[in-house]
Amino acid sequence: MMSAETQTATKTMNMIEAINSAMDVMLERDPNMVVMGEDVGFFGGVFRATAGLQKKHGKTRVFDTPINECGIIGVAVGMGAYGLRPVPEIQFADYIYPGLDQLVSEAARLRYRSAADFICPMTVRTPFGGGIFGGQTHSQSPESIMTHICGVKTVIPSNPYDAKGLLIAAIEDNDPVVFLEPKRIYNGPFSGYYDRPVEPWSKHDASAVPEDYYRIELGKAATVRAGEALTILVYGTMVHVTKTIVEEMGIDAEIIDLRTLLPLDIDAIEASVKKTGRCLIIHEATRTSGFGAELAALVQERCFYHLEAPVERVTGFDTPYPHSLEWAYFPGPVRIATALTKILKD
Amino acid sequence: MPETPQRPASNLPPLSLHIPEPRYRPGDTPDFGDIEVPAVEAAPRPSEATKPDAMRELSYGLVRVLDFDGHAKGQWDPKLSPERLRTMLRNMMLTRAFDDRMFRAQRQGKTSFYMKCTGEEATSVASTMAIDRTDMVFPSYRQQGILITRDYPLIQMMNQIYSNRGDHLLGRQLPIMYSAPEHGFFSVSGNLATQYPQAVGWAMASASKGDSRIATVWCGEGSSAEGDFHSALTFATVYNAPVIFNVVNNQWAISSFSGFAGGERTTFAARAVGYGIAGLRIDGNDPLAVYAATQWAADRARTNNGPTLIEHFTYRSEGHSTSDDPSAYRAADEATAWPLGDPIARLRQHLETLGEWDAERHEAQARELDDLVKTTQKQSEKLGILGHGMHQPFETMFDDVFEELPWHLKEQCAQMLAEQEAKFGPNWKPE
Repeated sequence: MMSAETQTATKTMNMIEAINSAMDVMLERDPNMVVMGEDVGFFGGVFRATAGLQKKHGKTRVFDTPINECGIIGVAVGMGAYGLRPVPEIQFADYIYPGLDQLVSEAARLRYRSAADFICPMTVRTPFGGGIFGGQTHSQSPESIMTHICGVKTVIPSNPYDAKGLLIAAIEDNDPVVFLEPKRIYNGPFSGYYDRPVEPWSKHDASAVPEDYYRIELGKAATVRAGEALTILVYGTMVHVTKTIVEEMGIDAEIIDLRTLLPLDIDAIEASVKKTGRCLIIHEATRTSGFGAELAALVQERCFYHLEAPVERVTGFDTPYPHSLEWAYFPGPVRIATALTKILKD
Repeated sequence: MPETPQRPASNLPPLSLHIPEPRYRPGDTPDFGDIEVPAVEAAPRPSEATKPDAMRELSYGLVRVLDFDGHAKGQWDPKLSPERLRTMLRNMMLTRAFDDRMFRAQRQGKTSFYMKCTGEEATSVASTMAIDRTDMVFPSYRQQGILITRDYPLIQMMNQIYSNRGDHLLGRQLPIMYSAPEHGFFSVSGNLATQYPQAVGWAMASASKGDSRIATVWCGEGSSAEGDFHSALTFATVYNAPVIFNVVNNQWAISSFSGFAGGERTTFAARAVGYGIAGLRIDGNDPLAVYAATQWAADRARTNNGPTLIEHFTYRSEGHSTSDDPSAYRAADEATAWPLGDPIARLRQHLETLGEWDAERHEAQARELDDLVKTTQKQSEKLGILGHGMHQPFETMFDDVFEELPWHLKEQCAQMLAEQEAKFGPNWKPE
C-alpha cells in the first residue's frame, strides 16, 4: 500500500516499464548506481527493460558488457567494493550459471568473510520462467538455487506496482539481491490459458504505478485474495494463473504472493495456514528440491496441528523445459484444478 | 567404454594424448641450464604509452635490472636511493622472518594452516613500493609482503592467523586470508582468481569516477587457467581499465607444475598478447626488475594507457602450504638449482656492491627483525591461539551473513546458543 508521502502522480505501466522506471528513478537519486549487462546500453536490453537509460544517464552509468556472466558479476563485486551500487542484468536467468561462483563464493560471502570490511550492494536483475517458447535455455526458474546461497536475498515480483517498489528496495539494500523477473507477465498477467488472448496490464489495478520513488519492503508477502477454504503460496507468473483457476472454480482460497523468497514472510504464511488448515504450494520450477519443498517443510514444522489435509505441491516436472511441449510441462489449469480438488475433498 | 574404433587404412600414426610431465621428480638432480636468462641490458624499456602490439617481444623475454654480480644496469634500472633499497631489503627480510615463525607456530599446533612466500618476497614487496599507498590491491593468498610493506600491524596478521580475540575477522577465515581496507588490501577469498574480475571492476569504477587510483591484482600461474582470469582480461581490454595483472609464475601449483597451466607452450605474459594488453615477463627474483616493471605499468594505467600483465618468473622455494610435502612430488634441490637466485641475497649483494650495506648490518637487522616478530608473537598469543579453542562469542557466527539478521537466522542462532549451553553450561565465556 502507498503511504501518504508517496502519493504522487501515477502512470499506467506494464512490468517492463515499471522496472525501467525503478532504475531511472534510482540512477537519478544515487550517483553511485550503475546498470550493466549484455545489450543493455544503446539498444536498451532484449526485453527493453533499460530502454532510454543510457541516453538519459550517460555511458559510464549504463553500459554494455562482454558476453561473460562471470565477468559481469565479478566486475560488479569489485565496483561494489569501490563504493558503487551496481545493478547488473543477466540476459536470461538460464545464463546465470557461468557467474554462479562469483555470486555464491564472492558476492554472497564478502560481508561475512571480511566482517563487513567490504560489502556487496549489488542487485542482479534477470528474467526467468517459461511460457514464451524459449526452450530449455530461455525458460528455467532457478529461484531455489538462489535461496540456497547464504547471504543472497531472492525477490520475485508479480505485477508492475510491486516490481518497481521491490526493485527500488533491492537496489537500496546493502546486500546482494537476485531480482527474478517473470518474463511471461512482462506485458500482461497470464491466465494460464495459452490459447486465449493476453490481457494487457492496463486492465489490471497494479498497472497504476507512481512515477516517483517508493519502496516495498523486502521480506513481506501480499495477500492477493483473502479466503477461508485453503492457503495457496505462490509467486511470479503463477500468482495470476492461480487466481484465474480459483475464481473459475469458485473456491474461497487465500492466495499469498510471497514476493520475497528470502527472507521469507513466515508470519504471513503461518497466520494464513493456521486459519485455513490447508496449504497448496504452486511454482513453475521443477519439483525436486524446488522452493516448494522448503515451504512444505516450514508449514508442517509450524502448522502441523492445524492441518486438515496433507500439504500439496503443484510444480513443473523434473525435466528440462521442453520447447514444443512446453504447455504439457507448465503447471497450468488442469494440474492446479486437480490439486485443488484433492486438497479440498476431505 | 566403447570398443577401440577400427582405424581406417592410413599411413598416419595413431593420435596420442599429451599429459604434461615435469622434468624432475624426487630423486632426480635438477639442471635448469636450458632456462634462457638474457643479458640485463637485453630488454628495451619502451614508453609507458606504447601500443601493446609494438612491444610484444617483452612478453617473451625477461626484464632484468640486477646482474649476478650485484650491479644494476640497463634501461629498466629504477635508480632507487640507497635508503629505498634498504627499506626494500628490510621489508623482504621481515616477510621471511614472519613466515618462518608462523610456519613454526603451525607446526607447534598453535594454528591450523600457514603459507610461506619464501623466494617470492620481491614480487609483493617491490611491487607494492612502486605503487601509491592509496592504490587498491586484490591479493591472492601469498602476498603477505604487501601488508608488511604497507606497515600493517604484524600483530593483526598474527591475530588473524590464530583466530584469537584480537582477530577482527572474528575467526571466520582460514589463516592468512587477511582483509585490510585501511591499507588498500582487499579481503583474500581463498577461491582462486575470483579477485581478478573484481580488481577490474574496482579499476573501472575508479576510472568512471575520474579518480586517480589504480588497482593491482595477483594470481599464480596455476590459477591463470581459471575462467575468471580470462573474464578479467576481456573486461580490462574492453574498458581499458587502469589495472595491473600480476601472475606469479613460481613453477608449482601444489604438485602440478606450470605445464598444467599451459607453460610448456608459451609464457604466461604472452596471455596478454591475444587480448591486446601490454605484457611484461620479468625476473621475479630481481627486486629492482619487479619495482621497475610495476612502476612502468602503474604510470601506464594512471595515464589512461590501459592495463598491463606482468609475469613474475620465480620459484616457490617451499611447499604450497603447511598441508603438503614438496619432497613427495619434486626434486629436492630445485630451489638451490634455480638460476635466478634468491631475491634477498641478490638485493643484499647489490647494496654491498654499492658500499651501502655490509655483513654486520645484515646480521644485526636479521636479529632485530627476528626479535620483533618473536615479541609480537608473544603479544598476540596473549589474545589466544586457535589450538586452545574458540575465542569469539558464539552468536558472532550469525553476524554479517546479512546487514540485518533475518528471522530464520535469529531462530538458528537461538538453537545454537541452547546447544552450546547444554554442552558447556550457562556460564561459559569465550577464552
